[in-house]
Amino acid sequence: MDVAAPRVAKSANPGQFVIVKMDEKGERIPLTICDYDKIAGTVTIVFQTVGASTKKMALLAEGDYFSDFVGPLGQPSEFIEENIEELKQKKIIFVAGGVGAAPVYPQIKWLHEHGIAADAIVGCKSKDYLLLEKEIKAVAGKLYVATDDGSYGYQGFVTDLLKDLIEKEGQKYDLVIAIGPMIMMKFITLLTKQYGIKTIVSMNPVMVDGTGMCGGCRLTVGGETRFACVDGPEFDGHLVDFDEAMRRSTQYQTEEGRAEIERQEKETGHVCNLGLGEHN
Amino acid sequence: MEIKKRVPVMEQAPEIRRTNFDEVCLGYSEAEAVEEAKRCLHCKKPLCVTQCPVSINIPDFIEHVKEREFEKAARVIAESSSLPAVCGRVCPQEIQCEGQCVLGKKGDAVAIGKLERFVADWSRENNIDLSQTLPKNGRKVAVIGAGPSGLTCAGDLAKLGYEVTIFEALHKAGGVLVYGIPEFRLPKETVVQHEVDNVKALGVKIETNVIVGRTVSVDELMQEEGFEAVFIGSGAGLPMFMNIPGENSNGVFSANEYLTRSNLMKAFKEGYDTPIKAGKKVAVVGGGNVAMDAARTALRLGAEVHIVYRRSQAELPARAEEVHHAIEEGIHFNLLCNPVEILADEKGWVKGIRCIRMELGEPDASGRRRPVEIPNSAFEIEVDTVIMALGTTPNPLISSTTRGLEANKKGCLIAAEETGKTTLEGVFAGGDAVTGAATVILAMGAGKKAAAAIAAYLKNK
Repeated sequence: MDVAAPRVAKSANPGQFVIVKMDEKGERIPLTICDYDKIAGTVTIVFQTVGASTKKMALLAEGDYFSDFVGPLGQPSEFIEENIEELKQKKIIFVAGGVGAAPVYPQIKWLHEHGIAADAIVGCKSKDYLLLEKEIKAVAGKLYVATDDGSYGYQGFVTDLLKDLIEKEGQKYDLVIAIGPMIMMKFITLLTKQYGIKTIVSMNPVMVDGTGMCGGCRLTVGGETRFACVDGPEFDGHLVDFDEAMRRSTQYQTEEGRAEIERQEKETGHVCNLGLGEHN
Repeated sequence: MEIKKRVPVMEQAPEIRRTNFDEVCLGYSEAEAVEEAKRCLHCKKPLCVTQCPVSINIPDFIEHVKEREFEKAARVIAESSSLPAVCGRVCPQEIQCEGQCVLGKKGDAVAIGKLERFVADWSRENNIDLSQTLPKNGRKVAVIGAGPSGLTCAGDLAKLGYEVTIFEALHKAGGVLVYGIPEFRLPKETVVQHEVDNVKALGVKIETNVIVGRTVSVDELMQEEGFEAVFIGSGAGLPMFMNIPGENSNGVFSANEYLTRSNLMKAFKEGYDTPIKAGKKVAVVGGGNVAMDAARTALRLGAEVHIVYRRSQAELPARAEEVHHAIEEGIHFNLLCNPVEILADEKGWVKGIRCIRMELGEPDASGRRRPVEIPNSAFEIEVDTVIMALGTTPNPLISSTTRGLEANKKGCLIAAEETGKTTLEGVFAGGDAVTGAATVILAMGAGKKAAAAIAAYLKNK
């Protein structure tokens, strides 16, 4: 959905996020910025209905309001500070899982606007869940789609597809940027480590304020405690302690929430966050 | 009535209040306030005033209370303070105004804080309008942060006729008054909201959800939005951790997170969406006011609570009144012990905290006796939740995104003490952003001085 937020749109950069609050009694939830229009003063967000707040959000109609919408938060992607000519020499591939396609899009778009064609892998449960295909195709070098059930594109997980591209098709990448569920990012980093490819991930831990005042989103990166909301959300994937991050993200899981995820999994046949078990 | 003793104030009984979030201290009635006001000797050279960071004319307002002229009393306080209902509740009066009261030498000092609180509550309940200002002069000043220093600075400038806009990062104005200090010490809907509304009634605009350094920069405010001066009152909100093993286990929280969930997000109330892990047996590490607030919040959420502090009771930095309240409510104090490791179960959840016993050695630079570890004295406390209340430092966001604005090694902005002038022309700062974590009233004092300095600067510009 598009949200009118001129100050946020004016200052937004790829890699950043916003925090939204639905109403007086609502909680603050972080969402990545999918697109922004600095002239129209709008910011586009994409979300997946997984809990009470996102369910309420799905019921919003055009003309409704969020009580609070704050951002842009976090550090912009590292590459926007880099030398463009040097960046052009690099072969970059984005790997997006599920709604991870949303934050990946503004990054590829930014690169495209600066004359760089980055490739992209977008993975999802099935064709019905594929997000932003047209938009990403328009700005990416090559777009590869992977579906769990094979209903569209490659059948299998994004990790398998990336491995095939490297091993079977002999693609040589200098930089992988992976955004999606933590388990997916973990397995992407385990894979790219074998090939020695620099990998950036965008972490999505539990957040409250998003401005660095509570440390609820803290992670261990390279042995040091970092706050994802101000130091990140993007980090060198090979330095992130994913097991700790995944454990911490379960802190507020409720019985109700777990039941909802199980119900969705049954319905769709997609075993969320568990499907990569074969790598264990 | 005995002159040496102050009129006692009604409080909720400990065994009842430990089960609710209602205010502990119920405040004076009119009769009690008048009775207490009669004790003031109306000194010719009042030492109490010299110890008040915003120099309230204390004998004068107390004289009005004595005469039952409560509105006049409110106007005297309003000349110096925009947040009297807050300060009357949370100031450490024992080391400020009341600490120097002559009566305190032979008995109890006059209960200045409780009288200030009475006057502020009375004027709220009787809708006294204190919003007089000079005519608007059309000149714009930006204030960053809606905490005590920013609200004070904004209020003072608005009274002088300036057009003031406050930019606040959170969705509610008040800073530590809304996210940090709990409801049972400082009611939000009545007291804090009313004081914020009073500042708005002076014509101050408050834009919430604006993070200066991200949403907009200081340079943009001055160059594109027409603000001629800026006051930075962004506080010290970055929590410190101990960097001991196990600190990232599930169930370890900063006091800021725990208190923000409870106070700002109202996780303790039915019907609000933000969750909180109350814990069954909680250790709070630290001995300041924030530690007491976190401990007493956890207690009210149903936990058995243990304070863990490395010095002894005499060195606790928290206000004596709050420590006393905490003990009455049944908080356990583990003094002279320091955590060395947080223990977790196989699933990564906290199951205990390993501490080492301490003894007090020679005084350190701060004048407090330094705690020294006793060898081979490690022991474990079984807990399922740990709250770290070790203090906070300023957030580097504004200094790191504003060229020419300098901060010291601790991240505190460099600013002149009397004026709040920073290293950047037209930019002033005060409160915890400059001093590091201190008190509400010191932040207000800094906001007040900076407002005067900004007015002087703009007059000559």
